[in-house]
Amino acid sequence: MSVLGHDHVRVDGRDKVTGVARYAVEKRPDDALHAWAVRATVPRGRVVSVDAESALAVPGVVEVLTWRNAPRLQDAGDDELQVLQDDRVAYRGQVVALVVAETLEVARETAATLDVRYETEPHDVGLTIDHPGLYAPEQANAGADTDSARGDVEEGLASSAHVVEAVYETPALFNNPMEPHATVAWWEDGALRMVDSTQGTTPTAQTMATLFGLDEPQVRVTAEHVGGGFGSKGEPKANPVLAALAAKAVGRPVALAWTRQMMFGLAGYRTPTISRVRLGADADGRLEAISHEAFSQTSRLKEFTEQTAEYVRHMYGSRTALTTHRVTQLDVHTPSWMRAPGECPGAYAIESALDELAHAAGVDPVELRRRNEPEVDPETGAPYSSRQLMECHDRAAELFGWAGRDPRPGVRRDGHWLVGTGVASSSYPAMAAPSGARVTARPDGTFRVGVNATDIGTGARTVMLQVAAEELKVEPERVHVHIADSDLPHGAVAGGSSGSASWGWAVAKACRALRSRMATERVPDDGLEVVVDTSEDLQGRAQLARFAYGAQMVEARVDVRTGEVVVPRSVGVFAAGRILNPRTARSQLLGGMTMGLSMALHEEGLLDERFGGWANHDLATYHVAANADVGDVTIEWLPEDDGELGPLKAKGIGEIGIVGAAAAVANAVWHATGVRVRSLPIQPDKLLDRLPG
Amino acid sequence: MRAPDLARSVARVTQPPASTFDVTVNGTPHALTVDNRTSLLDLLRERLRLTGTKKGCDHGQCGACTVLVDGRRTNACLTLAVTLDGREVTTVEGLADGDDLHPVQQAFLDHDAFQCGYCTPGQICSAVGALDELAQGWPSHVTEDLTGEVEPSAEEVRERMSGNLCRCGAYAHIVTAVQEAAR
Amino acid sequence: MRAFDYVRPESADEALALLAEPGTSALAGGTNLVDLMRLGVARPERVVDVDRLGSTEVVERDGSLWLGAGVRNSDLAAHPVVRERLPALSRALLAAASGQLRNRASTGGNLLQRTRCVYFMDPTKPCNKREPGTGCPAVEGLSRDLAVLGHSEHCIATHPGDMSVALVALDAVVHVRTADGELAIPAADFHRLPGDEPHRDTKLPPGALVTAVEVPLTPLAERSTYRKARDRRSFAFGLVTVAAALTVEDGVVDDVRLVLGSVAHKPWRATVAEDAIRGRTASGSVFDDAVRAELAAARPTDQNAFKVELARRLSVATLHELAGGQA
Repeated sequence: MSVLGHDHVRVDGRDKVTGVARYAVEKRPDDALHAWAVRATVPRGRVVSVDAESALAVPGVVEVLTWRNAPRLQDAGDDELQVLQDDRVAYRGQVVALVVAETLEVARETAATLDVRYETEPHDVGLTIDHPGLYAPEQANAGADTDSARGDVEEGLASSAHVVEAVYETPALFNNPMEPHATVAWWEDGALRMVDSTQGTTPTAQTMATLFGLDEPQVRVTAEHVGGGFGSKGEPKANPVLAALAAKAVGRPVALAWTRQMMFGLAGYRTPTISRVRLGADADGRLEAISHEAFSQTSRLKEFTEQTAEYVRHMYGSRTALTTHRVTQLDVHTPSWMRAPGECPGAYAIESALDELAHAAGVDPVELRRRNEPEVDPETGAPYSSRQLMECHDRAAELFGWAGRDPRPGVRRDGHWLVGTGVASSSYPAMAAPSGARVTARPDGTFRVGVNATDIGTGARTVMLQVAAEELKVEPERVHVHIADSDLPHGAVAGGSSGSASWGWAVAKACRALRSRMATERVPDDGLEVVVDTSEDLQGRAQLARFAYGAQMVEARVDVRTGEVVVPRSVGVFAAGRILNPRTARSQLLGGMTMGLSMALHEEGLLDERFGGWANHDLATYHVAANADVGDVTIEWLPEDDGELGPLKAKGIGEIGIVGAAAAVANAVWHATGVRVRSLPIQPDKLLDRLPG
Repeated sequence: MRAPDLARSVARVTQPPASTFDVTVNGTPHALTVDNRTSLLDLLRERLRLTGTKKGCDHGQCGACTVLVDGRRTNACLTLAVTLDGREVTTVEGLADGDDLHPVQQAFLDHDAFQCGYCTPGQICSAVGALDELAQGWPSHVTEDLTGEVEPSAEEVRERMSGNLCRCGAYAHIVTAVQEAAR
Repeated sequence: MRAFDYVRPESADEALALLAEPGTSALAGGTNLVDLMRLGVARPERVVDVDRLGSTEVVERDGSLWLGAGVRNSDLAAHPVVRERLPALSRALLAAASGQLRNRASTGGNLLQRTRCVYFMDPTKPCNKREPGTGCPAVEGLSRDLAVLGHSEHCIATHPGDMSVALVALDAVVHVRTADGELAIPAADFHRLPGDEPHRDTKLPPGALVTAVEVPLTPLAERSTYRKARDRRSFAFGLVTVAAALTVEDGVVDDVRLVLGSVAHKPWRATVAEDAIRGRTASGSVFDDAVRAELAAARPTDQNAFKVELARRLSVATLHELAGGQA
């Protein structure tokens, strides 16, 4: 019997289509109070006074927490979590008070009318490529090196036949999962219990334990269903902290949810990025030099450096190379993870620049990439565990009809449409993190699998069941999976496209161990249990470059009457190791490509320089792609048997779909119009005055 | 730390202006008294504990709260509960016939037309409403001939389902599911 | 949301009496008012629910189509007479909002929807429209979506609607009731320019109720259409919209209407362009010259200058299409 690698309907699908599935605050105890965050209306300064007395006189208001009366917290290494601990305002929108009331209506209105006085200080919220505060951090996100160099890139550029030099920009991007961040917290005999909308209950529980000075077993966090995250729920934000503070203060359960508006200021975001890219190539388009200098912002509270230049380090061969990251502290909230941090904005810059180079060198863009295929990882010299980038391109070209493409820009007209096609590569590291798992054989022939995975829509709950059924060699109906509970053996966060590989490794290991025990032992009445951890297995892996790859091709049509861009069809072909559940995998890749299209055409956080914060902070003014924006999408993956990945042979698929997607669209828009948009999103104002007629 | 004063706080919440009205939800009549500010969405989620209807933006900008009011798809977040006197509301919990899923629910399941599932109840209620609008021959923004027949083509479904945002990006599968349910 | 008293009057007279009190707002479909109340932009002490008072009838009378104030946007867009004889109205409604919002939004309420300027929508920031005298940060701030025509130093907001733009192009008349009697206001005069009173969107007298909209059923109206350019293919406010109607006889323009949306504090009737087109040959160059003459009055900011070019292109293309040519 083979379960893994075959379509399996989501085990929680029925609950989701019938409305039975419950998310965070929907699982609140009946006596829960409602909390509402009050946010700073100045971009920098301090809180001078809060008129809590008037608020407490409002019928239904139970408590008003401010920095003066909130319970104290320990240091957990993230000052964004030190909410209501002092009078400082580090950015517009930071939480300065919390109203707790019997009803949502009372909590919200009291919060909205709470009289908070501030002392303001001059602020600075604008990132520029020459910002005086730019500095070299010790390292970038995910441990990426700040700088790296190979050979003399200036010499490489000087000796190149073709040079492309350009600056590419991506705006502030907001994860905006459909379920806003939310938490219910309550205290039982000094222990903290939470239902949280999180991508990882283990890290949330660990952080809460530190903040509240508890032992880890005194904190239990569950997250049965999570309405998306895309990185923003990967690390705890202020919401679980505030809910726990409030529940402690009032002695009752407290439910707290961000509004959609708060999602633009309290939930993390992708920093705006500026990339200065210089590519040099010989007459045939072989890279002599790659230089990627990346600039981004962080807050005054915590350093987060988007690893924008990390993508190219491992992607294309070049005789010389230089990559740098510089970051500056501004009076803003802290950027954080958003789907493929680093790789996503980095690939937009690099895959756009390669398109410019292809044009300059007179080489087909797919062929250009073929000519720059490295033998080993150019950054580390490590061999690739597997790399089917060009196979992806070739299959995508077949599906898309790339052959015979006329390279000239701006020459294809169909009525009032200008038509073009574009291509970009995709790549994302195949990572795995240590995880535990517990598998129990029951005397009735069923099995219980406990693994602290989180299913944020990825299908993890289903895939873990498939892994267990496969390894135990039993029908899936006999396996019951329990996930998203910090009381389970520790589990890695649902992020970095590493979830299935990490949790699945532990489940596979536990199932194998259980099977061998069952070969010699009878299952006792109280069950036969195996608990494992994969830390040592991961340490023993060979030093290899492990990446998933992909190629994306799109058609773009630009309306000469309006500058509006339509993408009627796109093709994505990926090589991501073994695909564990084709059904949910297709949805993940589709979702990544769709978010990439949204990034290309729609999404932009508009900085409000005068007031601080983001001027647009709702879904009517920060557009994400709607149904009508998405045309026909063809997705395939290549068979790949990579034995260097762990027992599941899987590379992860959550993020690769967004990597390169925006560049493919931008390249197609250039091919359609001859206009190269180097600052996303591609909106009518960036095209209109350069379109014919 | 303040000790909770339950008796006092329960007594105090009667003060904001409230109204009494009758509404039927999923076939069950309710006589309710609620704070005038309460939205249909909060009435469902907080009072009736029908949490299938989701709060995605609370401003009519995402469609996650879509329910059927007197059979027509409506944003529950922008509907004040007190205005519903005498109306009939159907939520995602009211679509299935016992264990038999509504054809739209079944099609969403069959086509994996969701990931996280948070926009899904709204998508499904919206699709039920949209299919009814199609059956009545209503045109849409992409209908070429305003006076002609309308078909559930992919383009028509995309446009008609655009009031429901899906951040997981399941749109392409949603279109397939809605088209299947239309057959 | 501020606590408020809720009243559902049985008659229009009763409603008008209630609306005469300060701090009172009339509630119809609620798709804009409830939104603004939740944001704290509107803070009425009393809400008068007129949603069930408004007529939901669409009737043909004396050569016009009369649209009851309570007719839902979706019903109106799908009405057979509207589809056949007032295509610009049907198309404008279908280009607006989403299917579920159109099911709630009423004809009367839609006329009264307020701007979506990000400063107006954020009560933590100044705005002359929301709080007269506090200033207009949009002039020096984010103005990409805002007005290029007819604005003042006090306000550069736009009227965001679609339906009202079509109604101006169709020579509609808005019928209202006040405590003193009935009043007919041409749709073209219903909305106003901001001047130094940007808090006033329309010429609707305080406490009045829209009762119906009268739309003449003319041959010109049958040759009308509506086009909308936006940042997202659906469910987005317009960057520029165009409602136009054109009749041509023997290659010469008999009559024309050209109204621009999302470019001013009101639907912008392009009378300069209309005058330059009427009686002239229906050709691309005539349209282009006429629209350029109209847009010579535009005063864009750095951020929204593209809307002038967009208005030109979309207007010319729409007129060209109505003249039977290709865009």
